[in-house]
Amino acid sequence: SHLKLVGRQEELAAARAARLDLLLPEEPGFLEADPGEDTCTVSQGDIAAAVDIASAAKHFELRLEQFGPYRLDYTRPGRHLLLGGRRGHVAALDWQTKTLMCEINVMETVTDVAWLHAETMFAVAQRRWLYVYDNQGVELNCLKRFPGVLRMQFLPYHFLLATASETGFLQYLDVSVGKEVAATCTRGGRLAVMAQNPANAVVHLGHSNGTVTLWSPNVKEPLVRMLCHRGAIRALAVDRSGTYMATAGLDRKLQLFDLRTYRPLHALVLPQGAAHLDFSQRGLLAAACADVVQVRPSPSLPRKPYLCHRLPLPAHGLRFCPYEDVLGAGHGAGFTSLLVPGAGEANFDALENNPYRSRKQRQEWEVKALLEKIPAELITLDPTCLDRVDTASMEQKRQEKIQRLGFDPHAKAKFRPRRKAKGGSSAGSLLRRKRKVAHEEQRVRSFAKPTPFAKPAAFAPFAKPAPSAMPTAFA
Amino acid sequence: MNAAYLQLQYIYQICNDCVILIAVPRNYDPVLHPFEVPREYTRALNATKLERVFAKPFLSSLDGHRDGVNCMAKHPKSLSTVLSGACDGEVKIWNLTKRQCIRTLQAHEGFVRGMCARFCGTSFFTVGDDKTVKQWKMESPEYGEEEEPIHTILGKTVYTGIDHHWKEAVFATCGHQVDIWDEQRTSPMCSLTWGFDSISSVKFNPIETYLLGSCASDRNIVLYDMRQSTPLKKVILKMRTNTLCWNPMEAFIFTAANEDYNLYTFDMRFLASPVMVHMDHVSAVLDVDYSPTGKEFVSASFDKSIRIFPVDKGHSREIYYTKRMQHVITVKWTSDNKYVLCGSDEMNIRLWKANASEKLGVLAPREKAAMNYNQKLKEKFQYHPQIKRIARHRHLPKSIFCQVKEQRIMKEARRRKLQNQHENLQ
Repeated sequence: SHLKLVGRQEELAAARAARLDLLLPEEPGFLEADPGEDTCTVSQGDIAAAVDIASAAKHFELRLEQFGPYRLDYTRPGRHLLLGGRRGHVAALDWQTKTLMCEINVMETVTDVAWLHAETMFAVAQRRWLYVYDNQGVELNCLKRFPGVLRMQFLPYHFLLATASETGFLQYLDVSVGKEVAATCTRGGRLAVMAQNPANAVVHLGHSNGTVTLWSPNVKEPLVRMLCHRGAIRALAVDRSGTYMATAGLDRKLQLFDLRTYRPLHALVLPQGAAHLDFSQRGLLAAACADVVQVRPSPSLPRKPYLCHRLPLPAHGLRFCPYEDVLGAGHGAGFTSLLVPGAGEANFDALENNPYRSRKQRQEWEVKALLEKIPAELITLDPTCLDRVDTASMEQKRQEKIQRLGFDPHAKAKFRPRRKAKGGSSAGSLLRRKRKVAHEEQRVRSFAKPTPFAKPAAFAPFAKPAPSAMPTAFA
Repeated sequence: MNAAYLQLQYIYQICNDCVILIAVPRNYDPVLHPFEVPREYTRALNATKLERVFAKPFLSSLDGHRDGVNCMAKHPKSLSTVLSGACDGEVKIWNLTKRQCIRTLQAHEGFVRGMCARFCGTSFFTVGDDKTVKQWKMESPEYGEEEEPIHTILGKTVYTGIDHHWKEAVFATCGHQVDIWDEQRTSPMCSLTWGFDSISSVKFNPIETYLLGSCASDRNIVLYDMRQSTPLKKVILKMRTNTLCWNPMEAFIFTAANEDYNLYTFDMRFLASPVMVHMDHVSAVLDVDYSPTGKEFVSASFDKSIRIFPVDKGHSREIYYTKRMQHVITVKWTSDNKYVLCGSDEMNIRLWKANASEKLGVLAPREKAAMNYNQKLKEKFQYHPQIKRIARHRHLPKSIFCQVKEQRIMKEARRRKLQNQHENLQ
C-alpha cells in the first residue's frame, strides 16, 4: 500500500544519510592520560602546551575585575561571545580573532545577557526592563512589558525569547515581529533557574521547593511537574538531544534524569554543590562548584571528573562553545576560556550553523530561517506529534459519521458461512470455517480502542489549547 | 600555520585548480537538525500558500469568430494548432504560440456540428446543418487558389457529430443513426442503430480502435464494435448524455458528460454501475476531454465554468471561470498536458493552464528541485486541516456559489427523506 511504500522510502533515506557519516572530514578531540595518571590532574597549561598554536590560542583569560561577576552567551555557530557584567558592562566580541564588536556600560544592574537569532542583535536583562541592542551597542528596543527579568533563553527555531522574572512570570517575546506571545504567572516564586530543552523548545524552570516545571507558551499550567531535590534547585541543564536533564540542588546532589520517563538515572554527591550546569554538544556535563569547574562525561557521571579547573573567583556563568572544544566561564574577576578536548561537535552542517559564514551567507540564512519560523502553537512535549495520525479525532469523526448516516459504512457484516452441499454444512465444518475468520474480528476491535495518553491540543488555532495531560513524576 | 589559513578550507574548495566553490559541508546527524517535522510542516504551509498566490491560470483569449464556438478539434501532430467551428458555419485554424488565427474558411451554411482531424494530420473533416460531410486540407491554399474541400458528401439527414478512426482511413458520423464511412466511398460502409432516437455524439476508442461509443437522445449510451458491425452494449441513464470521451491510457474506461449536472466514469466491461460519479457542476455538463496522462479530465458546463476532475475522485480539483465567459460549449486538453482550451457561447476561445500555479518556460535546475521539494511537502502534509483548507480554497462566482449551496440543501433533504423511510420501514 501507499503508506508501506512511504515508510520504506523513509527508512532507505535514513540509512543513506547514516552511511554518509563516512564522509565527515573531522574527528572529535580527546584527552588520554598516561597509565597511572588521571585526566582530572591535567591542567589547562599542559593542554595548551600539547595542542597546536591555533587551539592553544582558544585558551585565554580576560581580567575584568571592576564591573562585577560576568554572565556570558555564545552565538549558535559559536563564533561570537557576549559578556555581561553585573555592574553594567556589556561587551560583544568575536572571541576567535579577538575583535571587539562593541563594549558599552548600560549604567544599570545586568542580570542576564542573551544573543538573539544572529550576531547582529542581543538582549540584556537590566534591573528594571528588558533592552535589545544592536551588535554595535546601539539600543534598539526597551521592552517595558518585561520588568525584573532574571534569566533568558532564546528558542532559535521559533524566534522566541523566553524570560523568567523575579515576580514569577514566564514571558515569551517573538523577536521577528516584536510581539509578546504569552505571559504565564507560574506561581512558583522567584524564577532564578532556567533552561531550555533544545529538542522540543520546552522551558524548564527550577523552583525553591525542589521542583522542576516544564512550560509551553500555549498552556497556562506546567506540562510536567517533577520533584527533583530536597532543597531548592540551584542549577538546571538539558542535553542537546533532549533525553537527559541534569539538576543540582541545595542538598549538594547532582541528579541526572531521563526526560522520556521523568525518572532519575544517576545521583552524585558534590561536597560543595553545583551552582551552574551546562551540557556540551558531545554530552560532557560541566558543573561549577564555587570556583572549581568540573567536567564529567554524561550519562555515566563518574565520581572522578574528566577535567578540573580552579577559577580566580566563584563562577557566575558557564557555557560550552558550540562546535569548539572550549568551555567559557564567567566569574567575579572576568572571563576564562577553558580547553576541554572532545566537548564540541567536530562536523558542523553548513546549512544549519556555519561558523565560517560570510555576511552574505548569514543574510541568506536569516531569510530562510524567518520563512521557516515555527509558530509558537506547535511547541509540545513531543515535536513529532504532527507526523502521527490523530486517532482521537479520527474516532470522533467516525462516531459523528455513524450518527449522521444512521449506520456504520465501514462496519463489516458478520461472517455467515455459505451453505454447502454433500455434508459441507455440518456443524463441525461450519465451526471450522468460522474459526478461520475469527482473528479478523479481534484485530478490528483492538484498532478502535482509544489511546491511553491524551495528547495536548497540538495545533488547533481556532480552539483554545486545552490543559494537557500533566503526568507528575516523583524522584 | 595561523587560524585564518586553517579556516579557509571550510570556506572555499578549489576544483581542478581553477574553479573556486563556496564549501557547504554537511552533517546529516538528526541531533543537528531538530524540529524536523514542525519545520517541514511550516515549509509545506508556505508552499501551499504560495501555490494559491501563483495560481493564475488564464493565458489568453482567441478572438475572431463571429458566432458562438460550437466544436473544436486538436491537430494530432502539431501542438500549436487547434481548429474550431462556429455556429455560423465558419471554421478557423489557430496558431496557439502566436495566438492568432492563421486560416478561416466558410465550411457550412448553418452550424458546424462536428469536426475531427485525420490521424495523419494532413486533412480534417467537418459536418454541418446543411447535411454535408466535407474533407479539407490542413495546409493553407496557395496564393490564388480558392478554399475548396477535397471531398464533399451529401447526406439525406442532418449529421450531428463526426469522429475519425485513430489508425485506419475510416470515419464515423452520427445523426439519425451511426454511419461508418470509408474515406474513398460516398455511401457509408455500415449503419448501426439501437433505438429510435437521434444520436448526438460518437467517439472512437483510441486504444481498442475498433470500438465506438455514442450518446443518444433517449438517454442511453451505446457501444459498437466495428469489426462485427453490431452494437455491443447499452446503458440507460436518468438523463441524456451530451458527449463521452474515452480514457487515452485505459482502454475500457470512458467518461460521459450528462445533463443531470454530473459526469459518469464507466468501465466498459461492467456497465451496470459507474466506476465514479463526478459531482460538482451546477448546470448541464456539455463537453468532456481527457488529459493525455489519463489521470484527469476537464469538463465544460452550461454554468459558465470549466472544471478539472481527477479520474478517481468524485469532486473537482480546480474550477476556471471568468466574468466574460458565458456558457462553455466545448473544451479540449492539449496533447502536451499543459493547457486547456475552451470554446464558449460568446465567440471566444480561451487558453488556460492545466496546472494553475505552474511556471511556464524553461526552469533552472534549482528551480525545478525547489518545485519538486515543495510538491512532495504538500503531498506529505495534505491531510492536515489547515493545509487542506488552504489547498482546497477556490473563489467561486456568486451565481455558482449560491447554486452549490442550494443543491447541497436539496441533496440533504433527499437523503434525510430516504433515511426516514428506511428507518420507518424497519
